[in-house]
Parts: sequence; C-alpha cells; structure tokens
Amino acid sequence: MEASKIDGIIRKYGEKSSAILAILQDIQSEEKYLPKEALEYVSQKMQISLSSIFRIATFYNALSLKPRGKHKIDVCLGTACHVRGGEKILGKLERELGVSVGETTKDKRFTLELVRCLGCCSLGPVAVVDGKVFGRLAQDKVSSLLKEYK
Amino acid sequence: MKILKKGDLEKIREAGLQTLFPKETKISVGMATCGLSTGADRVYEAIQKEVERSKLRMHVAKTGCIGFCQREPVVDILEPGKPRVFYQEVTPEKAVELVRRWGESQVVSDWLFFKMEKEDWIGEDRFYDYSVRQIPKGLDGTPHYHQIPFYNKQLKVALRNCGFINPDHIEEYIARGGYFTLCRALLEMKPEEIIGEVKASGLRGRGGAGFLTGNKWETCRKSKGDRKYVLCNADEGDPGAYMDRSVLEGDPHSVIEGMIIGAYAIGAHEGFIYVRDEYPLAIQKLQTAIRQAVEMGLLGEDILGSGFSFRINLFRGGGAFVCGESTALMASIEGNVGEPRAKHIHTTESGLWDKPSNLNNVETWNNIPVIISRGADWYSKIGTEKSKGTKVFSIVGKVNNTGLIEVPMGITLREIVYDIGGGIPEGKKFKAVQTGGPSGGCIPESLLDLPVDFDRLTEVGSMMGSGGMIVMDDSTCMVDVAKYFMDFLKGESCGKCTSCREGTKRMHEILTEISEGRGKPEHISLLEELGWVTAEASLCALGGTAPNPVLSTIRYFRHEYEEHILNKRCPAKVCRALLKYRILSDVCTMCGRCAKVCPEKAISGKTKTKKEKGIPFRIDEQKCIQCGMCFEACKFKAIEVQ
Repeated sequence: MEASKIDGIIRKYGEKSSAILAILQDIQSEEKYLPKEALEYVSQKMQISLSSIFRIATFYNALSLKPRGKHKIDVCLGTACHVRGGEKILGKLERELGVSVGETTKDKRFTLELVRCLGCCSLGPVAVVDGKVFGRLAQDKVSSLLKEYK
Repeated sequence: MKILKKGDLEKIREAGLQTLFPKETKISVGMATCGLSTGADRVYEAIQKEVERSKLRMHVAKTGCIGFCQREPVVDILEPGKPRVFYQEVTPEKAVELVRRWGESQVVSDWLFFKMEKEDWIGEDRFYDYSVRQIPKGLDGTPHYHQIPFYNKQLKVALRNCGFINPDHIEEYIARGGYFTLCRALLEMKPEEIIGEVKASGLRGRGGAGFLTGNKWETCRKSKGDRKYVLCNADEGDPGAYMDRSVLEGDPHSVIEGMIIGAYAIGAHEGFIYVRDEYPLAIQKLQTAIRQAVEMGLLGEDILGSGFSFRINLFRGGGAFVCGESTALMASIEGNVGEPRAKHIHTTESGLWDKPSNLNNVETWNNIPVIISRGADWYSKIGTEKSKGTKVFSIVGKVNNTGLIEVPMGITLREIVYDIGGGIPEGKKFKAVQTGGPSGGCIPESLLDLPVDFDRLTEVGSMMGSGGMIVMDDSTCMVDVAKYFMDFLKGESCGKCTSCREGTKRMHEILTEISEGRGKPEHISLLEELGWVTAEASLCALGGTAPNPVLSTIRYFRHEYEEHILNKRCPAKVCRALLKYRILSDVCTMCGRCAKVCPEKAISGKTKTKKEKGIPFRIDEQKCIQCGMCFEACKFKAIEVQ
C-alpha cells in the first residue's frame, strides 16, 4: 500500500492515536488484510509501538493479518443459525472449497470465515459473500451459490 | 433548512407528510438487512423499472422492517382513500405483477398479508387515519393488522416508526412527531425535571442488566467533572438478538433524539455511538441521520436556540463481543484493546477518558422521546411492578413466526411462543427457549407460564439480556447448545481473567468429551464446580454469567447429559459422533439421490430404472462422516438416524 494513501487515512482521523482501530479498518478495506509494511509505517508515523498495533490487530475479529482471497465468505454461527443447521452449511463449504475456517483456497478465490450473528436470525442459516447476505440456506444450495462467484 | 424554533419544525413536518402520504399512490419496500437478504433490493429495482415502463403515477419508496421477518420481502401499497395493503414474500416477478394489476385497479389477493386503515402515532397519543372511503374488491376478507396473531398482542413503542418511515428522510421522522419532544425538553424543561420523569417512568436499561436509567442519569449528572460523555451501546453482540439493528436501520433519529435529551439532562456535550462492525447498513443509516441532524441544527452548537450544544461521534467496533461491556467499550473508544476493568468506581463517575460517562443501549435511548412526550404516568402503567414499559424481542429458531416483536413486560413465554410465534413447526415438540444470549439460560416447558420481566427471568437462572429468544424443539440437543455457547465464549473471552479464559475453555473441552461419547458421570459435577469458579472469580459480566448456559441446561435437562454420558446416545440426534445413519432397505425406492449427494461416496447400491431392477442402497459406516446430506436429500424417509 502506498505511503501517501496511508497518510490520507491517518489525516482523515486527525492523526489521533485513539482512532487506531478505525485507521486499521480503513487500511484493511483497501487491502482486504493488514500488510506488515503498512503496520510498520503506521507505527512510525503515529508514534505507536508496533507491539501495541499488533495487539489491537490480533484482538479484534474484524482485523486480519493474513491475506484474503478475492471473495470473502462469512458463515453465521449465531444461536438461531446454529439450531437451524449453520454448522452443516459451514461443513459443506469446507468440503466444497477444501479449506478450514480462516483459510483461503489455493486459487485465492475464496476465504472462508465465520461470524457470530449478523442479526438476520429469522432467515437462518445465513452466510454473507462479499457483504451480500444469503438467507434460508441449505446444504444443497451451497454449490450453486459458489458458482455465482466463480 | 436550519431549525431555530418550533414553527420551523412544523414546516418540516409538512414536507415529511407529503412524502409519507403523497397524493399519488405510494409503494414501499422493506429494505432492512432481513429484507435485503431475501432479495428486497431486486424487488425494489423491479418495481422501479415497471413503474417507469408503464408510466404509472406511483411513488416508489424504501422503508425499514415491519418486524415479521419470516415473511420478507414485504411490500405495501398506500393509495389515497383506500386501506394500506401489505404483501408478503414478494419476489421481483410478483412485484411487477402487483404494479401491473394496481394499474388495472386490482388487488392481488394471493399474496395479501394484511391491511391497515390507520397507523398508531404513539409518541403523540393519536392515530393517523388514512381516511378510507372505499374498500376495494378482494380486500373485504383480508385481516386487519391487529387481527394478525403475530401483531395483536404487540404494543410498539420502540419500534414505532420502523417500517413506516424512510430512515434516510429526517422529514418523515419529524412528520411522525420526531424532534418535537426534544424541542419541548430543551426549551421548556429543566434537566432535573427530565431526570425526574425518566426516574418516575421506571425505565430500566434495555441492554441486559436492567439498571434503572433515571438513577444512572442522576448519578452521572451529580458527578464532578468539567467534561461528561453520553454513549450509546450499539454493539449488539448477543447471538440471536437484533432489535438494535432493526431500530438503527429503520429509525436512527429516535436514538439520536433520545441521546440529545439525555445529554442535556446529564450535562454532556459530546456523545459516542459504538456500533458493531457486523452491521454495515446500520452504520450507513446512522451516518446519514447524524449528518442531517447537524444540517438542521439539531446537533451542534446552540441547538434550537437553547444555548445547549452537543455533538455525536460514530465509532465502528472491531468485531469483539466483549466490547458490549461498558468499560471494554470505553477502552475501545480510547484506542486500546477492549478489555474490561474493575468497576469499583462506576463509569458514571469515571468512565471514558476518566470522565463521568453515561452509557445506555439503543433501545433505552430510543424509548426516551416517547417517555418524555407521553409522561412517566402513562409509561409506568405498562408492564409489571418492577419492569416497566415494553420490550422488543427477537423470536427466532424453531418457531413458526420468526421476527421482531414488541410486547408489554409481564407477558408470558407461552403467549410469545404460541400466540405470537405460532408454535413449533413441522409438528415437533417444544423443548426450551433460550434468552439472554451467552449470559442467559434455557427455560424449559414447565416454566412456559412465566411472566417475562427482568427479575423473573433471573430467578429461573436465565436473564433478559438484550432480548433474543431462541426457541428450541425436540431436535435441539441441550448438551450441544451448552457446547455451542462455551465455544462462543472461549473465543470471545478477552483473556484478562484466568478464571474466564481457562474456565470457558475447560468447560468446552468437557462438553466436547460428553458430546463425542467420552463423557464420565463425574463430569456433571465438575462442570457445576467449574461454572461456579468462573462466575465468582471473573471481573466482568462476560465471565460472571458465562456458566449460565451450562448450569441452566444441567438444571433443567440433566437427563440429556446422562443419556450422552451413560448410554452414549444423543436423544435429539444432533451430536455427530454419536449418530449412525442407516438406510431402511424396505422403504428405499432405489432412486439414488442419497448416493449422488454423499460427499464421501459412502453410499452404494444400484438405481432402479425401467430396464433394471436396482439394488437397495446402503451406507458404509466406515466412510460415513455423519454430514446428514443423504438424510436431507431422501424424499421417502428411508434414512434412519440412530
């Protein structure tokens, strides 16, 4: 990520160190993850130790230090989705993609992650692909869902 | 325009009324996240295209969620002089048909949901009548809104505007009485008077713990400090609860208005709304709402010429459940990791940046304008002795009517599950209802007549929480539910207290052992002991309530634990390691569907065709991974789970 872009993000938040989470989130929405070089740059520029930034980056579930694939799939495992078979959807996705939760497929197309409740509990089980919510899923709908993104 | 006095507010109300009730027909689509996930955006586009193509005089609008999420996407048509008609489960194709038939003055009765002849403006104690002159053919038999079992026991205070206004139009919020209360509070009431009213109303915090809101405000007002903060907790993390999401997506200004009134009463000039990262649409709606309120002078310097100034910052969370805890939330806003601290000194005295801070959740703030407008007397008549007002619940899981409901406190669980929720689907048997999220517990059938309020739920080992109610039937395994919550909590524990970090992890391990057939009889008492230590020795409410899902399931469903441990059986047929799938050869029609879907190729046999006799299918136990695909695929109930 270019330094000027990161500078822009830091400026947007008035260079306040309390805005570190928002700054990291903005970097991530550009890069889909937090590249090491970007974190080092932020650390230097904002005079926050790299270890403090690392602590924040690993504390919050929304932040990732690992590169992600082209499409991000979040399977909801909220309580309502769980009792309606969310885990089966997750299992099916793991088998179809050949990866476990938190991993990216070899062709870098999909990253599979889980989320604890999206608040679409009435329509469970639910999964989100690149921000688009799919409700009332079933194991046999998974393949066709993936095809939309191939 | 800037609002400087009440007269200006009246002018904006007029503008809002024109889009709420335009002269031409209006067709609205519910576009909250639940609607969008079933294709409301495509429905909206299809309607727009059809209206354009057919050159009909029709106004196409967006609105929030009307609560009956099960029937999304919901579309309503409001034609002057006729009842407002709601349609359910609308697809883009159906939507086009609806518009076309409307052009021919017809009602499509097949997809009718309900009709409405007036709407409740609860904040102003009146109904807005649609002045119905004629009821079109085909609508006579359609139930009225209040005749629908899902709605007839509901009383909408917090959800008053959801599904009726476009959340992006501040004018529509004002048209339904919004910001008039703020005007009265700032110009005609003293801060103490407002606090007095909130105290007298008996309102208790809707985030879970149920602390008296007025008392909290009073302590914060009296706390010494040059700078004070008011905060809104929109980090709705309880899985299965989404009332705050719906309010923020459908009626964001109600929360902002509540916060300004609270800030004025407490003496704060800056506020924060902490929204969970998982709610992108809510963040977007809030951004728009805050911008509009600033543009109109309802936020910022010298609001309505009262001399009072207040601004609101929006803070996006990072996906950490523990940040819903007050001190963790404040640490997160300060730029630290969201770890709770001990509360020897309350946050109302020393909170955000060590300044007196008052934190309330979305639903609490959203109730404030109505309480001030209608008065404490009116509000305190709703509900039970110690739990006043209404509460929004999300009723989800194994129940026929899922969605968001708002009911007076004191209603029984039975009324919620059976009258409003319509009972359990597929003829299955009710087993439990889980309330209070990971801090709550599972309530069994024997307690279904329990009146729902803060204290009664705590008495039976659960809690109100933010209002999630997950209904479970006999195909839900209680050991699995306890394991699920421990898995959740061990991942979300911040790790500061050993008892919580290790306790949740060990309880999860033991529950895994039990669910995989390696449980021992002494495991139950071990879980109880571990649960006690975790609760006693942890700093914040996350650890303090973490054992509830385990302890309440042991308390009410001990026999299920014993079945797993002693007989290595999962009665609900959920715990995979204890299941065996078998094909009943005499029922098998040899269609071959099961073998086709099996990911492990564990099913063999020969498909029956016109030419060949076929061989009944069978499952190779060694290869079977108990995924259940064959069970779901079989249309002849030929697959048995043991």
